[in-house]
Amino acid sequence: MIELENVHKSFGNHEVIRGVSATVARGEVVCVIGPSGSGKSTLLRCINGLERYDAGAIRIEGVTVDAAAPSIRAIRTQVSMVFQRFNLFPHRSALENVVEGPIFVKGEPRTQSLERGRALLAQVGLAGREHEKPGRLSGGQQQRVAIARALAMRPKAILFDEPTSALDPELVGEVLGVMRTLAEQGMTMVVVTHEMGFAREVADRVLFLDGGVIVEQGPARALLSDPQHPRTQDFLRRVLNPI
Amino acid sequence: MEHFLSDSAEFLPILLKGVWLTILVSLGSLVLSTILGLFWAFLRVSGLWPLTLASRLVVNLIRGIPIIVQLFYIYFVLPDFGVALTALQAGIIGLGIAYSAYQAENFRAGIEAIDPGQIEAAHAIGMGWWLVMRRVILPQAVKIVLPSYGNIMIMMLKDSSQASTITVAELALEGKLIASSTFKNTTVFTLVALLYLCMSVPLILLVGHLERRAGRR
Repeated sequence: MIELENVHKSFGNHEVIRGVSATVARGEVVCVIGPSGSGKSTLLRCINGLERYDAGAIRIEGVTVDAAAPSIRAIRTQVSMVFQRFNLFPHRSALENVVEGPIFVKGEPRTQSLERGRALLAQVGLAGREHEKPGRLSGGQQQRVAIARALAMRPKAILFDEPTSALDPELVGEVLGVMRTLAEQGMTMVVVTHEMGFAREVADRVLFLDGGVIVEQGPARALLSDPQHPRTQDFLRRVLNPI
Repeated sequence: MEHFLSDSAEFLPILLKGVWLTILVSLGSLVLSTILGLFWAFLRVSGLWPLTLASRLVVNLIRGIPIIVQLFYIYFVLPDFGVALTALQAGIIGLGIAYSAYQAENFRAGIEAIDPGQIEAAHAIGMGWWLVMRRVILPQAVKIVLPSYGNIMIMMLKDSSQASTITVAELALEGKLIASSTFKNTTVFTLVALLYLCMSVPLILLVGHLERRAGRR
């Protein structure tokens, strides 16, 4: 459902994505790993048009992603995103954050949206916290609100941009738990992450990105336990044994 | 002191007519400068460079010309081009335009203070430019700009006296007229100053309140 075809992207003279081709099938969970600066986040942000790509093509269910075209707004309602720093609206309660898109972007009826918003917050373990402002929630709780906000759009896929990198270590588990449940329910997910355990357990496929190209890709367990390319081996060694 | 009181009783009704015009000029130009200022600020943050450039040009042009010259231009020069305004209209429009530049800078600062991550998140759920503005940026920016907005209100109240230069008989001009015909300068200008204080002190207190509230967040 997501196709990337020879995608290129530069910031000034620096080419951060140098010809990436990949596909993500419906219901598939793909983790993108790689050293910082490898272009992982940029690639993810190109998929929903938060970043423009210079050459190649990205298609969502056959529709080309063009950040400058009006069609991008329809694409974004179908492909949600969860950010590293949560990016909740601080002036609105958890529930208001969740129903903002359904009510104001999709024009769904208010009472129905609120009911569904409450159910989604309960689903991510935040029943009873509907009326808290984000500032009064922990990082893990905020990220779970952000996931509920993404789900509220009834997306066909969700992009996760390092969803646990800004969290205290003890809060990482609660967010990964919610993501694992989503994956089990068949949500299509592209996850940029440094959580190798999550990638191994939950992902169907792993892409290893380095220097703006896919160096290696394959089934999660195989790639993570038996990497073929020396750069993948080196990266995994450093991530898994940091000291 | 006795003289002061009896003279005051005589002058106050005339000065109060001036107060009314001062309020009219201040409020009128406040509304106009707010609308225009928002418009310049929106152009500035539109993300389209011709609009941004146009906004910067206009704002700097307005900021670079003294208010009094802008008033003269609107009242004395525009009639040459077939646009004849009453003194009151010219005063409101002149001050409104002059202050729109400061309003615009204040609004822009408020808009740009909003965390870009939130704007991305809003885009990511499919919001367009105007919806992001209305639902995400403006509700938060209002709280940020409110204290400066209050200060601009105080400055506008005082600068409304510049409309006297184009014959708007507001408080300062009424005072000057009474003083020059009665020579009771002390009484008249003390009254004028007190009347301005009566209007500005409540505003000053309001701004202090807004600033404390902003500081608490």
